[in-house]
Amino acid sequence: MSAEPVLEIKNLNVDYGLGDQAVRAVRDVSLTLHRGEVLGLAGESGSGKSTLAYGLTRLLPPPGVITGGEVIYHPEKGDAYDVLGLSDRGLRDFRWAETAIVFQGAMNSLNPVHKISTQLTDVLAAHEPKMSAHSRTARAREMLKLVGISADRMDAYPHQLSGGMRQRVMIGMALILQPQVVIMDEPTTALDVVMQRQILGQLIELRERLGFSVIFITHDLSLLVEFSNRIAIMYGGRIVEEAQAATLYKDSLHPYSAGLLGSFPALRGPRRELTGIPGSPPDLKGMPSGCSFHPRCPKAFDPCADTIPILGHPETPDGSVRTVACWLHPAAGSAAALASAKEQVS
Amino acid sequence: MTLTPDAPAPPTAVVLEATGLTKHFPVRRSLRDIFKRTHEAVHAVDDVHLTLRRGQVVALVGESGSGKSTVARLLAQLYPRTDGDIQLHGESSRVKGGRQFRAYAKKVQMIFQDPFASLNPVHTIRYHLTRALKIHGNAGGNAQELEQALTELLNRVSLTPPERYLDKFPHELSGGQRQRVAIARALGANPEALLADEPVSMLDVSIRLGVLNLLRDLKERLNLAILYITHDIASARYFADETLVMYAGRMVEGGDSETVTQNPAHPYTRLLIDSAPDPDRIANMTADTADRGDGEPPSLIHPPTGCRFHPRCPVAMPRCSTDLPVRLEINDKPGHWAACWLYDTEPEAAK
Repeated sequence: MSAEPVLEIKNLNVDYGLGDQAVRAVRDVSLTLHRGEVLGLAGESGSGKSTLAYGLTRLLPPPGVITGGEVIYHPEKGDAYDVLGLSDRGLRDFRWAETAIVFQGAMNSLNPVHKISTQLTDVLAAHEPKMSAHSRTARAREMLKLVGISADRMDAYPHQLSGGMRQRVMIGMALILQPQVVIMDEPTTALDVVMQRQILGQLIELRERLGFSVIFITHDLSLLVEFSNRIAIMYGGRIVEEAQAATLYKDSLHPYSAGLLGSFPALRGPRRELTGIPGSPPDLKGMPSGCSFHPRCPKAFDPCADTIPILGHPETPDGSVRTVACWLHPAAGSAAALASAKEQVS
Repeated sequence: MTLTPDAPAPPTAVVLEATGLTKHFPVRRSLRDIFKRTHEAVHAVDDVHLTLRRGQVVALVGESGSGKSTVARLLAQLYPRTDGDIQLHGESSRVKGGRQFRAYAKKVQMIFQDPFASLNPVHTIRYHLTRALKIHGNAGGNAQELEQALTELLNRVSLTPPERYLDKFPHELSGGQRQRVAIARALGANPEALLADEPVSMLDVSIRLGVLNLLRDLKERLNLAILYITHDIASARYFADETLVMYAGRMVEGGDSETVTQNPAHPYTRLLIDSAPDPDRIANMTADTADRGDGEPPSLIHPPTGCRFHPRCPVAMPRCSTDLPVRLEINDKPGHWAACWLYDTEPEAAK
């Protein structure tokens, strides 16, 4: 896998509301998506993972406001540009053709009164107006075949398809313009486990064939460990840990990641008592001071309540990049910060 | 008010038993069909047997549309059943509503999936719990006793201190806290059996285990019989003593949870377990999708003949499409059975 970045998020901040009423849903998030990789984004509801996805594509409905940061997109050819600075026209070219989204509850995102053939060709008509009607249909047909639906279902209405097939149509629709980045926002939560595995397996296969990158948002960490290359964990609007999937599973550093991993009963191996994480996710309106996880953290100590931990880069034996924001692991750069933070407190 | 069970019943006493439980929902007929003889129906649940014992958790696992929630609603007598029998303490029971239903609901309570929808947003927690207590006659004689009962209920579900929660509205609580209130409301009737229809699937992953551990704790302290309905077979293994697997309205396998999850016998159970996310198995999941039984659950208006799983089954035999499989004992553990012809030891000709 090449380490060439395709999407770089730098210090992104997203607020809901303006002025005194504003609550910050995404705080200072920096994240890089590399070409051809599956980046998993995990967190509880309210952790800001969907807001992040909508923020970086500028699909955020009001009262959501992007209050700072940059989203640098590197197209396959040409120069990199900041998505947040695009004009309406530029944005129209960027969306779908460069970055496509498969929405949460995608089963209900198809228009019930149009045939799926119409909905597929509409995308092409809007983005490639020079294409002939015949080649549009051919392309739509090809796309359906790619996601495993026989072409004779082209003229079906969404209600004639099962949930799994509708989801496949949505994925086909997202890929129809061959985007570089596909964002999947909880794509399989409404589906059964059997169907979920089929669809994700197919997606990974397609990714190998077509070479796009995926940002995969879900709350099911066990699914991510299996299906993604790298995982970033969000809590209270911040990224608290980021590492290779296998590293995170075997050796998670942040107590929240460890708690999340310990929340899934195992299907194999010894049966053990699990506890989950005590307490409930924080309210964005009254975010705890310091590390936002400290009221629920079993390992909280002095600096946690007062000072926000900095994303540090701990040493890894294999030299891979990982970050964690926790005072338990004040690596290299943040050790000095901890010392100065302690001074301030005392 | 006392919430502890009064009679010193033996721990494995049967509370609720269903035999041959069947539910068909009629399909609305169009004008053209009126002259046809046949009445079409959705075969939502067919021939389901299950037994809830005191102090035991039975898990019912299946995909959506497999009829597992219908079983819960039939057991709660929210739907009239088409056929079969429900026995509460060995007595057959069929109630339609009114006083009889209240008496039945006092013994058998249900917890619904969505705590955001099952609590009324315009009423306080105090109102919800008081109503449950009053209706089932556990509210005590005066205001003081009622207050004490309310406090006790909230303490039971670990919402402490109770005064902090009593006068809140549902929207002021998080999902996990709301589900705890829903559990407290069910406990207000002082039931013997609790039917939990996907009690944790709407909750955040980090708090699911808290609610499951609470239910287990209640089961032990109050000696409850719990039916735990879920689509997550791993949580069934964690929480339940016995696991039953449903497919397309029929039971396909049953036995104690450890045996069913570790040595699944029915091809459908195997498919379900192979599909569950498993972090220990990294990648290579695209390899063997062809022979694992892909496809979708069948239409229940015209369910497949014979075994309902045979169109998807990787090991289907000719007789699977014609003969309905019966419960066959698997010889690894007592009580482990599967409805699959693979385990028929007698030759077919002998029958």
